[in-house]
Amino acid sequence: MRPMLSGLAAGLLFGHGLTVSGMIDPAKVLGFLDITGDWDPSLAFVMGGAIPVAALGGVLARRRAAPACAAAFVAPSKTRIDTPLCLGALLFGIGWGLGGYCPGPALASLLWGGTPVLVFVAAMLAGMMLYQGLDRIRSSRALKERSA
Amino acid sequence: MAHFTPLASTVGGMLIGLSAALLWLMNGRIAGISGILGGLLTWPADAGWRIAFLVGLMAGPFIAIALSGWPHVTVSAGTGTLIAAGLLVGFGTRLGGGCTSGHGVCGLARLSPRSITATLLFIAAAGVTVFVTRHALGG
Repeated sequence: MRPMLSGLAAGLLFGHGLTVSGMIDPAKVLGFLDITGDWDPSLAFVMGGAIPVAALGGVLARRRAAPACAAAFVAPSKTRIDTPLCLGALLFGIGWGLGGYCPGPALASLLWGGTPVLVFVAAMLAGMMLYQGLDRIRSSRALKERSA
Repeated sequence: MAHFTPLASTVGGMLIGLSAALLWLMNGRIAGISGILGGLLTWPADAGWRIAFLVGLMAGPFIAIALSGWPHVTVSAGTGTLIAAGLLVGFGTRLGGGCTSGHGVCGLARLSPRSITATLLFIAAAGVTVFVTRHALGG
């Protein structure tokens, strides 16, 4: 129960923060990305506010062997800068620039954002499932090759 | 820079950072939205906290709405563009292992070389996309 409560609290803070920051509005995000237009640097201030506080959490965690409500800290295992990372980031960037939506603000406005956000989230889930499907085919093929 | 909101954006950013710190200290998890959502598609054993986080994420804006009213939201993209954007964001974030939150906030806070690379790439790709659609094509 406790990991669910802390997860809920973290989600509430995230959704509230996205709204306060203005990043819930795709037009504001596009205003940051449009550096040659009527540039709005606000998104950089969101990152400037978020990163030090998140880093402080990381520093506090270093003194602990395990998180308060789970068995272990689950840090990303990959360290190599590889093609999937770069290709994925580029594809994501193009999609982000087309609509002004990244996953956080889209989900945060899902309940009240109307048809556009519903369309975007449905397509985003389809994109995630497509990746999942291709990844499953790839890993089963790799497994077959190894056993052959 | 008519819509520039440095104070609100910094405060909102700090709340997002607090969320990331809380999820790391309590659950030992990275607050990456695409990872939390995408990880659910295989229905893992730890689905509970993921669903709880996403419920909180969707309910969180109502705190801000109750405090200061409905936020301005303008979506200029049409349905076809939104579908293409969604497919690219969904596929790209899973392939690249993160989005604005996982790489852009949590990864940069951890000084992860992978996240720094990904963040530079997706901001550059998004910037070029906006330039092409708004200015080069005359949007």
